[in-house]
Amino acid sequence: MSQKSETVVYYVLQFIALSAMGSLLLIALFILKEGFPFILEEGPSKFLFSSTWEPAKEHFGIFPMLVGSVWVTFGALVVGGPLGVAGAIYLVEFTPKGLMRIIKPVIELLAGIPSVVYGFMGVAVLAPLIRTYIGGPGLSVLAASLILGIMILPTVMSISMDALNSVPPSYKEGSLALGATRWQTQYMVVLKAAKSGILASIILGMGRAIGETMAVIMVAGNAVKIPNSVLDSVRTLTANIALEMGYATGRHRQALFATGVVLFLVIMMLNSFAMWSLKERRKK
Amino acid sequence: MSAEPAEGTKVPKICIRNLKVFFGNVQSLNNITLDIMRQEILSIIGPAGSGKTTFLRTLNRLNDLSPSFRSEGQVLLDGEDIYHPSYDPVALRKRVSMVFALPVALPMSIYDNVVYGPTLSGAPKKAKLDELVEKSLKAAFLWDEVKDRLKTSALRLSGGQQQRLCLARVLALEPEVILLDEPCSGLDPISTAKIEEALVALKQDYTIVLVTNNSKQAARISDRVAFFLMGELVECGSAIQIFTVPKDTRTADFVTGRFG
Repeated sequence: MSQKSETVVYYVLQFIALSAMGSLLLIALFILKEGFPFILEEGPSKFLFSSTWEPAKEHFGIFPMLVGSVWVTFGALVVGGPLGVAGAIYLVEFTPKGLMRIIKPVIELLAGIPSVVYGFMGVAVLAPLIRTYIGGPGLSVLAASLILGIMILPTVMSISMDALNSVPPSYKEGSLALGATRWQTQYMVVLKAAKSGILASIILGMGRAIGETMAVIMVAGNAVKIPNSVLDSVRTLTANIALEMGYATGRHRQALFATGVVLFLVIMMLNSFAMWSLKERRKK
Repeated sequence: MSAEPAEGTKVPKICIRNLKVFFGNVQSLNNITLDIMRQEILSIIGPAGSGKTTFLRTLNRLNDLSPSFRSEGQVLLDGEDIYHPSYDPVALRKRVSMVFALPVALPMSIYDNVVYGPTLSGAPKKAKLDELVEKSLKAAFLWDEVKDRLKTSALRLSGGQQQRLCLARVLALEPEVILLDEPCSGLDPISTAKIEEALVALKQDYTIVLVTNNSKQAARISDRVAFFLMGELVECGSAIQIFTVPKDTRTADFVTGRFG
């Protein structure tokens, strides 16, 4: 009897655990099935590198959105990367324990703010500021980069902090005992030892920035053209799907799924790379 | 030892006067007064928890890293109080360097490990660095084993080699005092012998303070031995005297293995 219920529990739990994997697999299959034939039909190079996107006239080139995603993501990294890593160093090395107990939860809270609220701040505060003091339409690469930079901070910071915390204290002591100052120790030994973990934090932040949709739609302006400067309006891959999916039919709809395939592959690659570099760290 | 010039003619390098050390409310060292001479190896022995390591770390202010640390009394290096508020601990650690119990090779190449200290304060010429690396590694009896792979990661060396690398790294700083905290505790007898050989050779140029759990090691290589017990300096004398005719019964109990 008890033997039997053991077996039942075992299989139920196994099913639940595997269903998470199963849904990932189903999503991947579904997107590929809907989008991949379209890419082949249209020709991968034409789909990826043609810069006219006019669904009504059957022109499906996602190059402007590809460039848009790259600009915005790169901008987010420029803003959020150094800020996140520097913040992590400060928190791990130079903050008294009491202050740390306040700052860390606050940063984690940052991750819990819905992205629409970030977008709202971008539209209501940031875009007008950029329009007034720097120029351009306000809704721009710059605005999106700043907002996304702040959004990836919790990811970059918390993983960087884990990496810094896992550097053996003996490295630090060894360096200080050789007459290094605290900053020299930080820069030459601790950062070096935590390098792969910090790299992983930045890549995961990058994945988050590429995938973000709501906030970007609200602040990037969404014009389908290749931006000439950071003050130009821009549309990302995610925004393209979200904006047009509601009314798209036929080949247009397939083209959006194909955009999803591209996005999916890019994010998978980034995540695999991040996982690989975290594993490298553990090996050492 | 007895063949050495008389103690009276030697100049002390470090004078410790009534040193008390506290961590929070716990007192770790009580009223230590001790002179450490130039060109000698002073071994510090005593059971676990007797304050040996704390004492050693007081000499280059590494205890400063723990926020609850507090000290009273004086530690004079060449007559200057190293705990004076205007004394720079970073400069101190270049003069009084430390080798730890566990080998801590920094995560970089063998070459970079050795030049780490010297390059911290400005970058000397490459040729001078090369010379320094060779000299330091030779003095630590490691050169022959690593000369063909200076650019490979130091983390790939064996434990004994890493510990000699740590010694070489300290030598490259050209310090005046070398502190060693149980440098052979994790090493095999052959590596231990090599480190001991290096230390005896280095005595000519440096002041060496060695914390060891191995009484035989203390007897083999030290000029003088200090016995610590529960934060107090029980007795300090020549190695022969401490191990054959200790004055204090507690020392006698320890060296004959009755406790500790």
